[in-house]
Amino acid sequence: MSALAVTPVLVPLVTVVATTLAQKRPGAQQALSYAGIVGFLACAIALVGLAHQDEAARVAFGGWGVPFGIEFAVDRTSAALVLITALMGAAALLFLASDADTQPRHPLLLPLLHGVLVGVGGSFATADLFNLYVWFEVMLICAVGLFAIGGRVDQLDATFKYFVLNMFGTLLLLVAVGMVYATTGHLNYGAIAQAAPQLSAWVQTLVLSGLLLAFLIKAGAFPLFAWLPASYHTLPAPVLALFAGLLTKVGVYAVLRSMGDLFATAPGLLFEALGWVAAATMLFGVLGAAYHWDMRRILAFHIVSQIGYILLGIALASEAGNAATLFYTLHHIVVKANLFLIAAMVWRLTGSYDLRRIGGLYKVRPALAVLFLVPALSLVGIPPLSGFWSKLLVLQEAIAQGHVTWTVVALLVSVLTLYSMMKIWMEAFWKPHPDDGWQCPAATRLWPAWLATLGLAAVTLAISFYPQALLDYSLAAAQTLGAR
Amino acid sequence: MIWVLALTVWVTVSAGVVLALSKDVFRCVLGLGVLGSAVNLVLFAAGRLGSAAPAVVPLGETTLRDAANPLPQALVLTAIVIGFALVCFSLALVLRLIQRADTDDALALRAAEPLPDHPVKPPYAGERHDPAWPPVSATGGPR
Repeated sequence: MSALAVTPVLVPLVTVVATTLAQKRPGAQQALSYAGIVGFLACAIALVGLAHQDEAARVAFGGWGVPFGIEFAVDRTSAALVLITALMGAAALLFLASDADTQPRHPLLLPLLHGVLVGVGGSFATADLFNLYVWFEVMLICAVGLFAIGGRVDQLDATFKYFVLNMFGTLLLLVAVGMVYATTGHLNYGAIAQAAPQLSAWVQTLVLSGLLLAFLIKAGAFPLFAWLPASYHTLPAPVLALFAGLLTKVGVYAVLRSMGDLFATAPGLLFEALGWVAAATMLFGVLGAAYHWDMRRILAFHIVSQIGYILLGIALASEAGNAATLFYTLHHIVVKANLFLIAAMVWRLTGSYDLRRIGGLYKVRPALAVLFLVPALSLVGIPPLSGFWSKLLVLQEAIAQGHVTWTVVALLVSVLTLYSMMKIWMEAFWKPHPDDGWQCPAATRLWPAWLATLGLAAVTLAISFYPQALLDYSLAAAQTLGAR
Repeated sequence: MIWVLALTVWVTVSAGVVLALSKDVFRCVLGLGVLGSAVNLVLFAAGRLGSAAPAVVPLGETTLRDAANPLPQALVLTAIVIGFALVCFSLALVLRLIQRADTDDALALRAAEPLPDHPVKPPYAGERHDPAWPPVSATGGPR
């Protein structure tokens, strides 16, 4: 079943072509787009099934043997991430059918959305460093397209900032890939992992720090996250949720792949440095969130903050740490995307994203208030929700290794996260609406939005009450990575 | 030869960085394009400079001897194509941005992140930077 390894790229790519050809007929385009995402989901489930039986789907292109040909290999880590990618794509497309911040509908919106999925799927599936760079570029060009099609001046401004900083990141990545090739003579993951231990310590440090710098820009880590809160809030809600869930996590996955697999034997100094970067990312992200009153900007800063926890798991440089990272990533993608989608429903009902101008939703939509609490409290890490388990896994390992400072920072940041989630809940739902004459709009088309957010909340609750299944999977995945 | 290449990379990177750090948005994206060329030269050098013979296996033989390393050439070619597409996109973007924002000064571009007018309270972007509410249906009228 080696052909399955190509599906994370092939299925969305075919959908891109089909939806582009159908752009004159919105109905057909919509149907093709749904068909594409259902096919992607089915392939992703099949990939997880294969990976779970220790039969990672592999294929090398063009008749070249490994390590010379470009290889796609979907092991447990990649398969789980591909599945969550398909799930997020499905949620975003479903949400697009509602009228909660989904406009304007440009004919190229759906092709570009699937194009982002091509880039994300390719980055997870590939086992070749230069090929990874290519998928990063595919993601970048589709992402800037989605930023720019709105055409408002703030969106163009955001596109410019996003483009310049991410372009700089991919240029750095290209240099780092060149250095990896110059020192190891390989681009294939497996071959690099074999060749890396023979390099001297300082060469390893130099090469890996180049890769890390590039990936950390993509992941939005301190102090390189400026592009993220500067641009994300200008996107329409479903696109924003997709970006928030997936794009930074591809950077995190690349860090995990390079530090946990390719250069697992690198000197401890780099892991120590990554730990401090992670702690700073958590703290500065949450401080930005505490300052802002626009829901989208609060949540955008929380992406940065949570990236810190995920990176901390990698910095611990152990199997348990890598497993915690994978668990945290999967939980976080679902929760984060759901929060942005619910914020868009709040916008539809109240008319603004700014917490100072809205309120009183608990009286008219109590179900939405409860629904918001599921991902919000999960993000904070309140037991028994999924965020609690993921934070427990990371911090347990941090304490076991004696990293007290990082643990204290992480717990402090949790308190501040609780503060800003409660700020949203109190201001948007609990306090009365500042305008006495405000009426909840009656004619809304929110059922697809309810369906998408309830589905994502159900995934969160499933992880919350049956964490063992996902934990076993993550531990098995961490074993197949080359942890020390 | 490698020193000539190193010097070229140094000059190109310097030019690219100076341009990319410019306040002028147009120069900024041009600088990224120049930096991209420098990166391509680095990538080329990663495969070691040596023979300039084409990487073709002679008739009747099975192995390649004394030829240039073909892999960096393939990598650079890919990077050039991608870089070209991105430069084209960025030029179109910057043109439109300058038209809409009526400025080419990067420091004056505050539409996405307005400056706060209060020392403590965060700024309110204003309705003109928010999506239209209530949403307009496909037929043009309000729902």
